[in-house]
Amino acid sequence: MAKVEQKTIPLNGDNAVALAAKQCDVDVVAAYPITPQTIIVEKFSEYVADGEVETAFVCVESEHTAMTCCITASATGARTFTATASAGLALMHEMLGVASGCRTPIVMSVVNRAMSAPINIHCDHSDAMCERDIGWIQIYAENSQEAYDSIIQAFRIAEDLEVTLPTMVGLDGFVLSHTLENVAVLPDEAVKQFVGIRQIPMVTNHEGKLVPFKLDPANPLTIGPLDLQDYYFEHKRQQEESMRKALDVIKQVHDEYAEQSGRSYGNGLVEAYKLEDAEIAAVCMGSTAGTVKTVVDELRANGIKAGLLRIRAFRPLPVEDIVSNLSGKKAVAVMDRACSFGGNGGPLFHEIRHAVYDLPDKPKLVNRIYGLGGRDIPPTMIDCIYKELQKIAETGEIERTVQFVGLRE
Amino acid sequence: MTEWKFTNKEFAQTEEKFLSGHRACAGCGPAIALRLVMKAARGPIIATNSTGCMEVVSTIYPYTAWKIPWIHTAFETAAANAAGIESALKILRKKGRIPDEQVDVVAFSGDGGTFDIGFQGLSGAVERGHDFLYVLYDNEAYMNTGIQRSGGTPHGAWTTTSPAGSVVPGKAEFKKPLADIMVAHNMPYVATASISHWKDMVIKARKGMEVNGPAFLHAFAPCPRGWRSATEKSVEIARLAVETCVFPLWEAEYGKYTLSAPSKTIALKPEKKKPVDVYLKTQGRFRHLFKPENKHVLEEIQNEINRRWQKLLKDCEMN
Repeated sequence: MAKVEQKTIPLNGDNAVALAAKQCDVDVVAAYPITPQTIIVEKFSEYVADGEVETAFVCVESEHTAMTCCITASATGARTFTATASAGLALMHEMLGVASGCRTPIVMSVVNRAMSAPINIHCDHSDAMCERDIGWIQIYAENSQEAYDSIIQAFRIAEDLEVTLPTMVGLDGFVLSHTLENVAVLPDEAVKQFVGIRQIPMVTNHEGKLVPFKLDPANPLTIGPLDLQDYYFEHKRQQEESMRKALDVIKQVHDEYAEQSGRSYGNGLVEAYKLEDAEIAAVCMGSTAGTVKTVVDELRANGIKAGLLRIRAFRPLPVEDIVSNLSGKKAVAVMDRACSFGGNGGPLFHEIRHAVYDLPDKPKLVNRIYGLGGRDIPPTMIDCIYKELQKIAETGEIERTVQFVGLRE
Repeated sequence: MTEWKFTNKEFAQTEEKFLSGHRACAGCGPAIALRLVMKAARGPIIATNSTGCMEVVSTIYPYTAWKIPWIHTAFETAAANAAGIESALKILRKKGRIPDEQVDVVAFSGDGGTFDIGFQGLSGAVERGHDFLYVLYDNEAYMNTGIQRSGGTPHGAWTTTSPAGSVVPGKAEFKKPLADIMVAHNMPYVATASISHWKDMVIKARKGMEVNGPAFLHAFAPCPRGWRSATEKSVEIARLAVETCVFPLWEAEYGKYTLSAPSKTIALKPEKKKPVDVYLKTQGRFRHLFKPENKHVLEEIQNEINRRWQKLLKDCEMN
């Protein structure tokens, strides 16, 4: 498909997300306001109030209810969207597992924000990392353009019949949510065609008949039953199978979207930046990647073979891509914008270290925890990390595997 | 609104949507309530349950007792489930993605899921005006987890978390007046019903489905396991609850209370109001109250029932 002509308009991340959701012709939005996600629900309510979108907007009394409404609306066959952050995501926790377990392909933007206490409204990834194992696909955007693109892709991924899993798109609170950026937007019609009308998977009912998997008086199904020792395990196994299949679907949807938009983000799962011949590399997620790329450019200008691996899909974890990209590197710093207290490093570090474990020529690996609660991430700090990697690459010696950076110690 | 009229034979012939073969205990009051409410359906209907006895007994995979579409998500979510379904039905119907027909939505939840953990979601759903019927099947404790007290447990009752001890004689607090709290939401329809008065219950259930907007049906439903009562006495005990004014029957449309016939009879002939002891004696959960040292608790219960009854009569302009 040929590239579609696009308009470039100034949007902050939240508005870009709201616009994408609107263009995807969402049937039901159930949401509750929380900083820094508020602009998304405000903007979407404006679309509804002005009749720009045909959506049932349910302005609920809590995030727990927001997710619950999304689950049952989705189970009724509706394309469903919500957005939250931090405490809101935590309040949803119970229902996030129900959403993935009931195989409801909800799309949610998580405007990443620190977890309380102390209360803090600024960015880190501790909210979404708490939901690592809850069965949701997790995609992280580097900028508002990617947040926009990823929301559109997310509906295709979540609703893919091979996947049928809820999908969250992370964008960094304030850094992206509240910062104006030039965003190229597709025409409404192009998005509508790209996402299509939601397809409903077919399942076998109790009479052995194939019926759509939804609450339909013409084809009654019992959804969310008590599932004990004799079946629960198989159902969980199916979830894992679908998550594995999502790896290919994320790539396919990304490639198809790239043809139309002219924009791509690595292979959709990971983005390698100047990594091929790199000797030292950082691994990170989200908006920090933009700053890291600038530092990599400067290092390269000085003849230092530095690179970056940005993880776009955190769940499912693209192990093969991580392995192939980090194989042969001398030293790698995994940058975590979250802390797994008492876990010897941040969650991303655990994932990357696990992925490279079987490599015969695995790199020296360190973990740098940074930017909690919105702490600034200056290029000089990232430069220091690369300088340290150079030293590790030269000596083969690691002084400290896990270290907090950019704070008073 | 015209009341649903039917003969007993006609009602017996309405389709069963909550089928037999489920695993509820003998004498289960809630199972009777669910069957009656589902038989009152006027057409296509989707049901949802909160976590609890009725969810557990009716859906052990791969079996189901539900002949209609049904969903369960969590404990505190019956009202939010209904809200999501109703919102989806409305918009999908408007967009022409589903047949253009009325589909009713009914939510079932026990007292734990309604008085306590699910109250916020219920209040929110009613405030937003979703068109659904919420049925509270009230067996006055968390029975599914083993008889723990809830906000719906009556004063003095023994439960496993309000034991009848040597110092504290059962539950210290009185039952939360939940149906009145729902009336205070200024919602279209609130009613109380008891499994002992089945016709009253099904007429109210039908009304709750027909009304435009949220409706709340508080269904009194004894639990022989938790109440330590004889399994064959559930309906009889439920009837005594009405006759003693422990659980009067009434309805309220947009805040306007009306006594239903069984309670109206008592209002008109106060001598028909039975003393609460008659009701309490049928259940082992109140056994300790009949020890001499707990006489004051019996008095407290009778006084509170009298007070609430007088308040109800005032609300119904019957005093």
